[in-house]
Amino acid sequence: MQPIQLLAPDGTLTEDETYSPYVDALDESTLRDLYRSMVVERRVDAEATSLQRQGQLSLWVQALGQEGAQAGTVTALRATDMIFPTYREHVMALHRGITPQQLVAQFRATAHSGWRPQDHRFNTYGVVLASQTLHATGWAMGIQRDAAAGVEAARDELVLACFGDGASSQGDVHESMVFASSYELPVLFFVQNNQWAISVPATTQARGPLADRAVGYGFEGVRVDGNDVLASYAVAARMAEQVRGGGPKLIESVTYRMGAHTTADDPTKYRTADEVEEWGAKDPVARYSTWLRGRGLIDDAFIDAVEAEAQDLASDLRRTIHELTPVTLEENFDTVYAEPHRQIEVEKAWLRDYEAGFAEDSAAGGKGGA
Amino acid sequence: MAEASSEIREMVVAKAINAALRDALAEDPTTLLIGEDIGPLGGVFRVTEGLQAEFGETRVVDSPLAESGIVGTSIGMAMRGYRPVAEIQFDGFVFPGFNQITTQLAKIHNRTDGAVSVPVTIRLPYGGSIGSIEHHSESPEALFAHTAGLRILAPSNPQDAYWMTRAAIASEDPVIVMEPKRRYWLKGPVDTAAAPQDVHSAEVIREGSDATIATYGPLVPVALAAAEAAAEDGRSLEVVDVRSISPLDDETIARSAAKTGRLVVAHEAPTFGGFGAEIAARVAERAHHRLLAPVLRVGGFHMPYPPSHQEGRYLPDIDRMLEAVERSVAHSSRASSPV
Repeated sequence: MQPIQLLAPDGTLTEDETYSPYVDALDESTLRDLYRSMVVERRVDAEATSLQRQGQLSLWVQALGQEGAQAGTVTALRATDMIFPTYREHVMALHRGITPQQLVAQFRATAHSGWRPQDHRFNTYGVVLASQTLHATGWAMGIQRDAAAGVEAARDELVLACFGDGASSQGDVHESMVFASSYELPVLFFVQNNQWAISVPATTQARGPLADRAVGYGFEGVRVDGNDVLASYAVAARMAEQVRGGGPKLIESVTYRMGAHTTADDPTKYRTADEVEEWGAKDPVARYSTWLRGRGLIDDAFIDAVEAEAQDLASDLRRTIHELTPVTLEENFDTVYAEPHRQIEVEKAWLRDYEAGFAEDSAAGGKGGA
Repeated sequence: MAEASSEIREMVVAKAINAALRDALAEDPTTLLIGEDIGPLGGVFRVTEGLQAEFGETRVVDSPLAESGIVGTSIGMAMRGYRPVAEIQFDGFVFPGFNQITTQLAKIHNRTDGAVSVPVTIRLPYGGSIGSIEHHSESPEALFAHTAGLRILAPSNPQDAYWMTRAAIASEDPVIVMEPKRRYWLKGPVDTAAAPQDVHSAEVIREGSDATIATYGPLVPVALAAAEAAAEDGRSLEVVDVRSISPLDDETIARSAAKTGRLVVAHEAPTFGGFGAEIAARVAERAHHRLLAPVLRVGGFHMPYPPSHQEGRYLPDIDRMLEAVERSVAHSSRASSPV
């Protein structure tokens, strides 16, 4: 199955009977926003990588190369559609109004998550691979029940369940697809096949296209060129249309992780420079930029303005990174349970008294421990 | 509370849980049940009997045969405002869902800094003495007790089974209700109108003066029978029903141990690394100077649950409890106890 492609790496657009109408329906402002989303995230991503190198983040997970897949897909959703991301959906996060500061909090280890899921309809990043696909499926069971109970907004709501080629081997993906299919739930499964699960190639996870697995569960799967932001949008838009009020669909977005798995990884140990170069020539931003320019939708002034906006965000992140307030151990005690718990109260009080003892010692002249 | 259910009735544990589920479903449209075979069959133990017929397939949901899926989708529904009650068919089958329970369910409230609650109830029939095959008789409570973010209740009688199930569903936290499956047919009074008690407190259910036996769930009737047998020999035993594993009311247990001076902790799970060790350590910390003997434990052995032909020798019984009591009583002086 060849991935659906509308925009070739050289920036030429081909017509497709099924998918072109979705692109044709996009207004100019949305077309420019797709570009802006990708470029801004790429700059923030680079800044975060650099901040990690300087010890300001304990880890960073680059999305470099996957901007088209993410920007196209998130643009096809409505703001009310819940997204259950992996830990690499930075373009989607920024698109949903999460700030770069909120995004990096988890990676500066000041909090487990920098945002409230309900504020952005964007769940916390999922770190235990594929666990979030079941949460998305349960969310969809809620949508279905809300709709049956007469909640108008739920009738054509959907949920996006993100995962990667590595996570596709996890049992939770299988179980979520079984549940989604059996109950005909409005789940749009979105697997970004970026070719590498840390050091293991996608061929170790699957010998055939991941999209083909959908058929086994009784629903449709489509393969799209994830480095083609327009095809990514069109495929997601068409699939979303059918998922709303209907059953699940799977999109396999074929893309490439241009950077390391995380800043703790060294990809030169397991893949060739030739391979990286080959994918670099399929860059999602370059081809889209070429097309937009050719269509006269953007010019140097626009590109400069987006660059400036991206640079501002990155500089702002660098300037304010020290202001991220860590969750204290006291606050951590307070959120283990929603309701009072005897052992939590006892341990919290013990810690307070224990540390107060040092404060008294120091107030008494620093003779503690004599 | 529905008028019809506001009365004291004699019922078995399974029926008490059924009544609690029915009342919760009737009261709150966001409550729903999910699990394997809980629909037309009414569950393999018939705990959900009649509920799908009464409340429909969207509220009493027969799930695909997948425990991670049951727990994981329950989490998703809870995030959206529902109160799922998930049935895991047998203790030994909770492990495919263990990842979702420990890395997700237990942690989401904390992970989101309190922004998201996941009020999921997990009903877990557990324990042995039912003559079954492997994976149907286990007691994994210590694994969950060790996981912060979970509440764990262990009813031993119909009254607690009713109210603990209600409390679990009403809680904003995830709660695992350990259902003592060999006591599903234990009969007792249930007052469905009584104001909910503190389900997280331990309770002295028999007063005594020579030693205390603390236990929970399926072994509570065994401890009571042991106390009865001891009384015939002139030994006065106090029995504490621990009731709640997390949080643990160690104060009530320690108070009883301080009063009698001797404590035996019993559970079906293996003693090594078991929850009894937590109780023993806490009582030792609180009541060291009042104890006349070390806290002793009675439980399963450090082996996989044996073929059930041998479970009579494996599981703690009256004699094993009384043997521990006698060892405790015999322990009188420091000099006489070899390390």
